[in-house]
Amino acid sequence: MRLEARGRVAPGALIGAPFVAIAFTLLVTAALVAWAGAPVGRTYALIFAGGFGSRFAWSETLTRATPLILTGLAAAVAFRARLWNIGAEGQLYAGALAAVAVGGLREGTAAAWPAAVLFPAMLVAAMAAGALLLVVPTLMRTHLRVDEVVTTLLLNFVVLLFVSMMLDGPMKDPAALGWPQSVALRDDLALGKLIDRTRVHTGLVYATGAAFLLAFVMRSTTFGFEVRAAGANPRAAAFAGVPVDRTLFLVAALSGGLAGLAGAIEVAGRTGYVTLDMSPGYGYTGIAIAMLAGLHPVGVVAAALFVAGVLVGADSMSRDLAVPTYIADVIVAVALLSMLVATLFARYRLRLR
Amino acid sequence: MKETVLRVAGVSKRFGRIKANEDISLTLGRGEVLALLGENGAGKSTLVSILFGHYVADAGTVEVFGTVLPPGDPAAALRAGIGMVHQHFTLADNLTVLDNVMLGTEPLWRPFSRRTRARAQLVEIGRRFGLVVDPDARVGALSVGERQRVEILKALYRDVRILILDEPTAVLTPQESEALFATLRGLVAGGLSIVFISHKLDEVLRVSQRVAVLRAGRLVTIVDVAEATKERLAEWMVGRALPRVTMRAHQRGDSACALEHVSVTGGASAALRDVSLKLHGGEVTGIAGVSGNGQSTLADLLCGLRAPDAGTVTLNGVALRADPRAWIDARVARIPEDRGAVGLIGDLPVWENAISEHYRRPFASAGLVRRSAARAHARRVIERFDVRGGGLDTPARALSGGNQQKLILGRALGGGAAQPDDFVPVLIVANQPTWGLDVGSVGYVHQRLIDACARGAAVLLISDDLDEVLALSDRVAVMHGGRLTPARPAAEWTRNALGLAMAGAGELDAA
Amino acid sequence: MGAEVAGMFANVDFWAAVLRTGTPLVFGTLGVLLCERAGVLNLGIEGIMVAGALAGWLTVYAGGSLWAGVAAAACAGLAFGLLHGLLTVGLALSQHVAGLGITLLATSLSYYAYRVGFPTSTRPPTIVPFAEMTWLPVPVLSAQTPLTLLALVLVPLLALVLARTPLGLAWRMVGENPAAAEGQGLSVLRLRIGAVATGSALMGVGGAFLTLSAFNAFYFNMVNGRGWICIALVVFAGWKPGRALAGALLFAFFDALQLRLSQAGGGVVPYQVYLMLPYLLSILALVAVARHAMAPQALMRPWRRGER
Repeated sequence: MRLEARGRVAPGALIGAPFVAIAFTLLVTAALVAWAGAPVGRTYALIFAGGFGSRFAWSETLTRATPLILTGLAAAVAFRARLWNIGAEGQLYAGALAAVAVGGLREGTAAAWPAAVLFPAMLVAAMAAGALLLVVPTLMRTHLRVDEVVTTLLLNFVVLLFVSMMLDGPMKDPAALGWPQSVALRDDLALGKLIDRTRVHTGLVYATGAAFLLAFVMRSTTFGFEVRAAGANPRAAAFAGVPVDRTLFLVAALSGGLAGLAGAIEVAGRTGYVTLDMSPGYGYTGIAIAMLAGLHPVGVVAAALFVAGVLVGADSMSRDLAVPTYIADVIVAVALLSMLVATLFARYRLRLR
Repeated sequence: MKETVLRVAGVSKRFGRIKANEDISLTLGRGEVLALLGENGAGKSTLVSILFGHYVADAGTVEVFGTVLPPGDPAAALRAGIGMVHQHFTLADNLTVLDNVMLGTEPLWRPFSRRTRARAQLVEIGRRFGLVVDPDARVGALSVGERQRVEILKALYRDVRILILDEPTAVLTPQESEALFATLRGLVAGGLSIVFISHKLDEVLRVSQRVAVLRAGRLVTIVDVAEATKERLAEWMVGRALPRVTMRAHQRGDSACALEHVSVTGGASAALRDVSLKLHGGEVTGIAGVSGNGQSTLADLLCGLRAPDAGTVTLNGVALRADPRAWIDARVARIPEDRGAVGLIGDLPVWENAISEHYRRPFASAGLVRRSAARAHARRVIERFDVRGGGLDTPARALSGGNQQKLILGRALGGGAAQPDDFVPVLIVANQPTWGLDVGSVGYVHQRLIDACARGAAVLLISDDLDEVLALSDRVAVMHGGRLTPARPAAEWTRNALGLAMAGAGELDAA
Repeated sequence: MGAEVAGMFANVDFWAAVLRTGTPLVFGTLGVLLCERAGVLNLGIEGIMVAGALAGWLTVYAGGSLWAGVAAAACAGLAFGLLHGLLTVGLALSQHVAGLGITLLATSLSYYAYRVGFPTSTRPPTIVPFAEMTWLPVPVLSAQTPLTLLALVLVPLLALVLARTPLGLAWRMVGENPAAAEGQGLSVLRLRIGAVATGSALMGVGGAFLTLSAFNAFYFNMVNGRGWICIALVVFAGWKPGRALAGALLFAFFDALQLRLSQAGGGVVPYQVYLMLPYLLSILALVAVARHAMAPQALMRPWRRGER
């Protein structure tokens, strides 16, 4: 078995690849649904209706997509520089915790600033917390040659325990009757509603804005060139005068910052406080989203909508049918792997000799 | 006619749009040395890779001792008695010589390796053919010549009947090459048949009985050595008049760059020991030597990639930071040794590679890339340096080696200025600038270097290819073990003296 | 508290706990080690351990013997290992991304399958796990199950295979220089996929230890980062089986220690601090060895045959 590069890559093949991948995914998951004894067509119809079929479905999907866009961007920018940030989950929690620390502790009276000042301070604190969590492993990689995959993975566990410790201790909400829950964010720091009578909040604007901004930065700025060059070939980039270590440092700050921002936006837009289950793996799902989007920032928005729709739709579907909601995670996983294979076959052909 | 051991019939192979081999047929007799002669890119390596099963031919067959080999199966080639010594050694540095030799010679599912017996056998073979290496040494600790011996031992240990040697002298000193030729004569006398790949005419005439000449993927002719002359072979090989490098009279200028008592500590191959060298404008200084003796460290110093641990490096009297950008801004044109890994960012398009040394200045303002200006400059570079095979948006990796090198040259010599014509670098650091290029591209690269030199640039030429160093350089210095001999006018060096210096004998004089 | 700690070290139970905690890590670390010596990073381990845990438990729950459960876990690991091998070796995809994808897939498939089989059970159904080998006259070992013994036997076995057999040499070679292996007539593809599949089978057994020996049921999140720890331990061990055992036991020692300390600590220090210790120590250990780490030279480098 060997791969041969295709002489010319048909643009149609690259555009068609995601559709082939999704079709394959639906085929595989159909088998699993049938195995669970549920009607396949109806299951898919219910997932689709639950995710995209009504105003309510759309509002839930958009709400769920908001943090996913941000963690997807965090993964996309880091992976573009070949910085393997697997720690977005921890960075998200750190951002959420920092947001509440600035804007919630003693109802924000610790810093009794007006909301116009406290709100940006809260976002900056969240981004700084997320950034710090990735900058340290990145410096350990560039200066001590410690692989960042393992360190960022392990830090997720450390951060979650730290959050748990804070929720038991200094940031415990005394009114929460023993539930591990942080004090609430000051009311005037909450994000406004984007659509009336739904949970969709202005965080979605921040997230999509970040995606378009990032797309511009990657394409048109010297920093964007540095990121792409350092990721594609660090030795050649260094030879041409790209400060590779510094670029990785900045990418780490950016990526960690985006994940931290996701945490703050979740707190300010949805929950109002930090709990230990506020993220059902948004950080990890963000990696899948970034890969589905081919690491392109605007593609991340589309991929996040797809994944959010599947997650929300599966939740609603499983209320009617005996198909566990974990089918959504299976769909995402299979989609990720088949997307990788499909884009490969758009560029290479397989020879069995 | 001797017994035919190998028969290649009608072999063709394409890579994308390039025809690497087209309808090649040839035979090899028992106890014969057949040379495969051709310039870089003529298809020699492709052909032997097909012989050995690394590549699958699009058409044609390979027959060994009367049996057709299954395509794409190195194991079958080995079983049939073909052994191959690659130009780039295929050895694992972290394993021992014995490990490297034994690999694949035993059934995989045998519960224990018979190492004692293998060691004895290896020592015996080494003694018989004069290829002495310690079986328990780590390959990473061996010299280049010793590694080549391990590669040949690998084949002999398997009792091969046909040995393919791909450019075996490329990494050897002239004296080491002599030793290799003696070994080969011994092997042939013992009944082995050899395919010897080279682009060096002298070698081919000395070693082989017959010569097969390849050009642009086609077999031009097969002749007995007795009927061949150097001139005829060259004509067949190139197929046209060789592009002659026109040497313009140039005047030696002031010292542009000076290294004084420079030392770099590090691994054996990375170290420099007390190196002093002055590079003058309008002069080509050649550094000869077997690769891995500190040349790449010297190049790194002058490309701004690392700082000396002791001593000083100055450019026009100023000591620069070890930062590529400082050296680029000081008008140093840099041509790195490894085009693919260091010279270009293969995934990025041609236009971004063409400005990658100048992406901040002058092709950006306020952090934004000035796209149209950058693309316009890239287009000029492509035109002036004759980069073909792709447009501005083609990924650089899709270009052929020669065009990649032209792109690197254009980036370095075209400068970041609006008019590339006005740009004269202070210093050109060219490390193996023509490695692996076809003759046409070699001539082109040489001409560009000479032209820039004539306009006042100091040129440092580092090359494994002695002929190249002697042809282009005004002065030549030889590097061995991190030490550099004094640079002497090229005319004062004899080949023998160069060879001795490359082997380290010159150190006695320096001491 | 010093006397307490000293007393704890003299306590057989403590060392038995260390060995018990270390067992899944030994399986997992050996599995990662085998994959990486052949040149393939396998970030699928976290999910493969989940799949192994479920497959082992499910087999026993459905009436199979305990050893059939172990075999099923190995097969589950093998299957995901084959998939990882096909993606990263056959198709030369990014080992990082494919590995994370495998973890995602194996985890979600396992959870899905478990929920399909046991939709509403609030109390997870249980099985009778492996019994302790009380018949063994060795103090700490007698408190272990046969799976621990298997793990301990596998360490020298893997070391021996790698160092002294033709297969081990071939595996090491495809991790150091695949071109050399191909030049000697070996199939890099088959060797690497074989190593990844075998290593993944070991990971699967490591997961099964959790459901068949350490506990008696399948819980969500029961692997809880053990797979990632194994990846770190292999670096710490310098890719050597003997040191991998030492690393796994050292980690287990700190894990057992933090448990006792947090019990003895009397609530002065939050228990989470103790729980963090093993993770933080893993990171510190990586920092300590990173500079001298001698990774297989072709690790994480995809091998594309006949590419130019």
